[in-house]
Amino acid sequence: MPPIVWLVRTLVGAYPHWVGSAPSANQRIYFANHTSHLDTVVLWAALPESLRANTRPVAAKDYWGGGGLRTQIARDELNVVMIDRAREDPEADPLDPLRDALEHGFSLIIFPEGTRSAQPLPGPFKSGLYHLAVEFPHVELIPVYIENLHRSMPKGALLPVPIICTVRFGAPIALREGETKEQFLERARNAVIALAQ
Amino acid sequence: MQLTLHETFFAVLGGLVLLFATATLLGGWLQTRAVDAVKLAWIGQLNARIRASWAIVLLFAIAFAVGSGALVLTFAIASFFALREFVALTPTKPSDHWALVLAFYVVIPLQYALVYTGWHGMYAVLIPVYVFLVLPVVMALKQDMERYLDRVAKVQWGLMICVFCVSHAPAIAQLEIAGYEGRSALLLLYFLLVLQLSELLAVIASAAIGRTPLRSDPNKSREGVLLGGVGATLIGTALWWMTPFTWWQAALMSAAIVVAGFMGGLVLASVKRSLGARDWYDGAQLSRGVLDRLDALSFAAPVFFHLTWYFFTD
Repeated sequence: MPPIVWLVRTLVGAYPHWVGSAPSANQRIYFANHTSHLDTVVLWAALPESLRANTRPVAAKDYWGGGGLRTQIARDELNVVMIDRAREDPEADPLDPLRDALEHGFSLIIFPEGTRSAQPLPGPFKSGLYHLAVEFPHVELIPVYIENLHRSMPKGALLPVPIICTVRFGAPIALREGETKEQFLERARNAVIALAQ
Repeated sequence: MQLTLHETFFAVLGGLVLLFATATLLGGWLQTRAVDAVKLAWIGQLNARIRASWAIVLLFAIAFAVGSGALVLTFAIASFFALREFVALTPTKPSDHWALVLAFYVVIPLQYALVYTGWHGMYAVLIPVYVFLVLPVVMALKQDMERYLDRVAKVQWGLMICVFCVSHAPAIAQLEIAGYEGRSALLLLYFLLVLQLSELLAVIASAAIGRTPLRSDPNKSREGVLLGGVGATLIGTALWWMTPFTWWQAALMSAAIVVAGFMGGLVLASVKRSLGARDWYDGAQLSRGVLDRLDALSFAAPVFFHLTWYFFTD
């Protein structure tokens, strides 16, 4: 077990709870609520070891790419896909690195709210998930609800407090025929919220 | 005839290995033979307790090899996981963050460091006095008055049960008793044995004779608990030779352990229910059952420690 997984398990448990789907090697996009910097590691650690190798979390370049230990973990352990939230190059599409990873057969972990919220339930989703659903119809979209992590490490806190967190994996959703972007994103968000109950 | 410390240890551990090996084989055999769901659930409960018994043997084998620091460290880790479980089920708020940081990263190591050094005057008051006074201050600084007393009380209560009470188990191994020098680890083993046997016997007797199930624990019956308690007290009395007690003192001490242990189970079952979990180990996996295994110990350890300290040390 890599040290980062061991550390996460000790502190917050990160116990997986497969409610609507089972672990599978199918190509997937896991999308989850985002309340803490630990989310990325916790969701990744909750996956079975065999799936971790080809599942890459998508993480903000401005937080994980700053250098030092954090970047080292992001690059060597998690193999993250860096997304440019700040759009340093206005011409480039921030989704391009994600497309690239999907084309190479990786599964992804994304947080469609785009930023951490102070509430346990997710806010409105950004449109990236929709575009990926349109372009990669064969990839399963798995809603995930991470419970309790906002209590372990609330926004602004430096140290995580040990609290048992569970990670709930729901049933896959897919883009319906004739569904608008707004309808789809709202349905995706509700799928995550439904797992909170 | 006085056995040396090593001889006593090997005799006791050897006896335990035989006992638990028999229990494990029997439990496994019962599991393959059980057909109805009620029986299977009961055997599951029994086997979980037998596994916990093996943990005791393993713990003491390690402690014997590397010293009593291993005992202190093991209980410190148990406290950590128990408190983690307790906090997960307690509705804390983000403004409690610093209080929890203090509880996990300062209070637990400090309490166990004090236990390890044997500074009884300090570890007996650290949590009930100093933490009791400091914790509300830390939480008041956040200016979040919503359910303030509620939150302070719950964190303090969790610390008392999961850290203060549990830490008195390894403290037993640090007691210095005249005429029993260097053997206190045996006394801890004795304490854990009596406690564990009263659990095991209660579960077995409840299944064997049944009758009135306990409201706090449907796997036990009133008659079974009584029988288990009497059995454990008798065994505790028969084991007087590994303690500094005479046989009748050992009988009273065993009875105290059994009664306090029963109360611990009762109280923690009530706490659990008031926090909304049926079991510390529930289906949603908010906990992993550490507190379920420590409920009796958390009450019996401080009682047994204090009685021994008060009557048998100078």
